[in-house]
Amino acid sequence: MEKTEVSLHEMYKSILEGYLHTGSEHALYEAQQFSRQLIKESMSPEEMVNLHIAVVQGLIPHLPTEVLAANDFLLEVMVSYGLAYREHQSLRDRQKQLESELAVAAKMQRELLPKDIPKNPALDIGIKTVAADVVSGDYYHFIEDENDHIGVGVADIIGKGVPAALSMSMIKYAIDSLPEQRLQPSALLENLNRVVEQNISSNMFITMIYGLYDLNKHTFHYSGAGHEPGFYYNHSSREFVDLKTKGIVLGVMKKAKFKEYEQKLEPGDLVILLSDGVTECRAENAFIERSDIVKMINKYVHLSAQEIVENVYSELEKFQNFELQDDFTLMILRREV
Amino acid sequence: MNLEIKHIEKEGKQFLFLQGEIDVYTSETLKQSLLPLTAQEGNEVIVDFSDVNYIDSTGLGIFIGALKSTHNHESSMKLTGMAERVRRLFKITGLDEIIDIEESEREEAK
Repeated sequence: MEKTEVSLHEMYKSILEGYLHTGSEHALYEAQQFSRQLIKESMSPEEMVNLHIAVVQGLIPHLPTEVLAANDFLLEVMVSYGLAYREHQSLRDRQKQLESELAVAAKMQRELLPKDIPKNPALDIGIKTVAADVVSGDYYHFIEDENDHIGVGVADIIGKGVPAALSMSMIKYAIDSLPEQRLQPSALLENLNRVVEQNISSNMFITMIYGLYDLNKHTFHYSGAGHEPGFYYNHSSREFVDLKTKGIVLGVMKKAKFKEYEQKLEPGDLVILLSDGVTECRAENAFIERSDIVKMINKYVHLSAQEIVENVYSELEKFQNFELQDDFTLMILRREV
Repeated sequence: MNLEIKHIEKEGKQFLFLQGEIDVYTSETLKQSLLPLTAQEGNEVIVDFSDVNYIDSTGLGIFIGALKSTHNHESSMKLTGMAERVRRLFKITGLDEIIDIEESEREEAK
């Protein structure tokens, strides 16, 4: 520490001396470089003024008493700056610590999501989820059972940040702990609702759509809890239909019931599930409508399910100037054969 | 993106006029104006949405919290003057089934 101060003193002395003799631009440039080093070494403003006074007194002997007194006066004035500077430093350290804690939370959260997409020659699945912030409020789930069923769910936890991330783990563990016979969509949502209602704060809620795809009959049974409706795409008529559901969001009513619906799929047909980040997205004063999403999907409908979701995401990202306003999740299922 | 909130008491009813957007940034101020009203026993709270052009899910959460508060304090809450875009979110979430939402009656209180 002592050594740095001595060398800073010497450095400053030589730069200032150079400037006083030549008045050159180069000396000013050196001064700029020097101030960067000061910041790097966390030198406070009043320490710098102190250094300046000491160096000036060494370079110019016999300064008038008034100048010396004025220097001391300046030093007093700088004290508050020094305090503010140290406060700024400690806030920066604290922020770094919080950021790294949040990064750990985000990593844990990503681990809650399924690692693999179920692979089956009869069903092509594509999924894309992107957090608007460090942690996400969107969640999706895949379950494969032994009776040739694939369960898929998309949930949207309101709010952003850590509270949403914590609620997400609740959803995952609640689904994981359900016995297989409870995986029927309406029963699954009823069970989840009970868990969420008991464990969530009064102004939070979760929306979810859950469906069960039967790989033998090619039917999709689904129920929704206040979730953005999905779409069914009919390959032969090239039409998109809303997968409307009736059912209240999870966590608000103790004994909520969820109606179950059935959609039959022919080869080439799609089921599209999404979070409201896909439809609620806005740029400046323009909103993306559901019909815009349909157009985007239609544009890429000849591609694989994964390629469709990737392309739709890219377009929406462009629309929002690459600054996602809300978490984005889009899932597409296509009956292959 | 701002939300202006005006509170007027008229004929024993508590009117809350909202203007702007109810989102993750403005929800907290709304909560601070709304919750004390619903927490007062017997209060009749009317929230005017005529000048609200956007609500997000955090905003919906505030109204769920307020609804629970009306149940706990025997007060009531009604939302009026809602634009279609805003109403759509109440409909999708099924909240229109449990929250009292009235078709546009914006002239009533003014």
